[in-house]
Amino acid sequence: MKHPDLPFFPPASARTHEVCGVGAFVFAFTLAARLGGKILWVREAWESVQLNPNGFAEFIDPVVLTLCNAKDQKEALAVAEEALRSGAVTLVVVTLSKPIGLTEGRRLQLAARYGKSTGLAFIPEGMGSNAAETRWRCTPAFDPKDSTLQKWELIKNKTGTLGIWHVRPDTASRRLIMVSPTGK
Amino acid sequence: MFDRIQRRVVSLWFPRLASDRFLRQHLIDAPFALTLKQQNANRIYCLNTDAARQGLHRGMSYADARAFCPTLQSTPADPPKDQLFLHVLRRWATRYCPWVGLEGDDGLVLDITGSAHLWGGEHAMTVDMRRRLSRAGLSVQIGLGNTRGAAWALAHYAEGIAPPDDMLGALKTLPVAALRLEEKTSVALQRLGLRKIGDIATAPRAPLTRRFDPGLLLRLDQALGTQPEEITPFNDPPHYGVRMTLPEPIGLLTDVMVGTERLLVQLCAKLKAQEMGARLFCMTLRRVSQDQQQVELRLARPLRDPYRILPLFERGLAEVEAGFGIDQLRLKATQVEDLPVRQVSHVLDRGKDKLDDLITRLGTRVGLENIQRFLPADSHIPERSFIISPVSYTEPQSGWSNVRPRPLCLFSPERIAGTGPYPPEHFRWRRMSLTTGRATGPERIAPEWWLEDENWRSGLRDYWQVDTRQGRRLWLFYTPQNPGWFVQGEFA
Repeated sequence: MKHPDLPFFPPASARTHEVCGVGAFVFAFTLAARLGGKILWVREAWESVQLNPNGFAEFIDPVVLTLCNAKDQKEALAVAEEALRSGAVTLVVVTLSKPIGLTEGRRLQLAARYGKSTGLAFIPEGMGSNAAETRWRCTPAFDPKDSTLQKWELIKNKTGTLGIWHVRPDTASRRLIMVSPTGK
Repeated sequence: MFDRIQRRVVSLWFPRLASDRFLRQHLIDAPFALTLKQQNANRIYCLNTDAARQGLHRGMSYADARAFCPTLQSTPADPPKDQLFLHVLRRWATRYCPWVGLEGDDGLVLDITGSAHLWGGEHAMTVDMRRRLSRAGLSVQIGLGNTRGAAWALAHYAEGIAPPDDMLGALKTLPVAALRLEEKTSVALQRLGLRKIGDIATAPRAPLTRRFDPGLLLRLDQALGTQPEEITPFNDPPHYGVRMTLPEPIGLLTDVMVGTERLLVQLCAKLKAQEMGARLFCMTLRRVSQDQQQVELRLARPLRDPYRILPLFERGLAEVEAGFGIDQLRLKATQVEDLPVRQVSHVLDRGKDKLDDLITRLGTRVGLENIQRFLPADSHIPERSFIISPVSYTEPQSGWSNVRPRPLCLFSPERIAGTGPYPPEHFRWRRMSLTTGRATGPERIAPEWWLEDENWRSGLRDYWQVDTRQGRRLWLFYTPQNPGWFVQGEFA
């Protein structure tokens, strides 16, 4: 269900999307809260950044999140594909450290369509795959009044236009509030 | 007519069980003994006939035995293995009758009531037992009587078959020790001149009970059948394994899957009967060339539904190299857990089953311990306020409560330049120069003194949430006892 004044969010379901930038975590958890259901978070075992369940508990209940530590990126992609195809989870987040080819991206896309789940890949800046449905760059923005303001840039979109939005995820009502960029 | 059936019991005594077990595997044609360290001395535990002929006996110290018989060969005894062997024999003995129990640690007792005729009578049955056991290299003494006590007495003191109508007649010439008495009691009886069972049976009962404890007459009555004595048969632990041998070797994945399905249906029926669920399956595929390949399947939770398990096997079986073909499939549930029958309801969480299956499938790829979930923990220390544990061995727990905002991600503290108890106005972190726009805090967290933690050596921490003008929102802390500023997390 799309919010009336937010035509861009959530991005198309049963597709895989890409997100880069510092605000990717907020994007992922906002998307997870919007989609509901269970989440599989796939990452490579060496990653030292630790998700903090006490931090994201205001977006989603940590019970619905399952972590999977993969040995390397190839294994992470295989896990993500299998999870997307099974349809047991509504959102699969996979952290990528190296650029992926068109084949891998397309396989993820097909798996997402088969299993009717949404995939979200965390990518390093500028390393997207052409197979992704949309690509987002999310960065937090400074706001003297409040500390939730985010700048979301849609930098690739297969089925529509690009855009830049300033948003404020409201965790209490689990909504996304759009802020006019001039108002900042 | 059925209430007058005479009970018949066979007692098998293996006088040299331990050494026979060893000599079955090692050909030694010389005096041989097994030694066991008892009360700080090596003593003879069991010995073969050659050694007994040399004058050695059980319980003799090993040094003495070596002096008597310099050619004595020996090896340390292994009583637990002997017990296992006796259990194997017990299982073997169920070929004669279904009711087989253990007698001490070197004998078996069989209730053959109603099954002797299947072997052509009692005599033919004992002959068959003796023949088979001696072919297996075991010396055995067999007694057959109406009661467990009588059979024991005959097996140990006068091998043979007692006629069903005259137990006392068969036993009366045996020494009193044949009543399974303690050493002390039997010596005392012999001092009184009561050397044979017949003597006790004819002696007045009251003085015997007074002089000895009632156990003596109880043993006598048990041997003669006036007091009952039970034989406890053992149940075999259920064996969760099935196999299929094929007349023609197979090699296609679909064929192997069909075979696996048949085995799974059988095995799951067995699991269901015992209300168990399997956690770990082991499939062994034997190839025509006689070598084997194994496929393991570790499940995210105990299951016994064949049609849910079957697709999970697919990945493992696809990796098997069939070679010239597979001619035997063996499926075993190597790890089982209780899985009681549950009420099926219309509100059953179907999604959970799907997720469990997914976790099993992913587990075969990355290992089940790598699929984890967060559990709440009772601590104010940020990195200890949650536990990460494998999904398949924990239940989800709720109870997340955060009063104060916490960052979305944590990393190990990274030092930044800064002095004083207030966040620095400008700082450099990860090669970025950042300007503090707004700082919220401090929130003081004290280390847990009851837990030793390397990272908290620096003492108290004052946490600040710092919004930088560049956008990033960081979680900084200051350690007043050991001045320094660190970044530990990011709100983003």
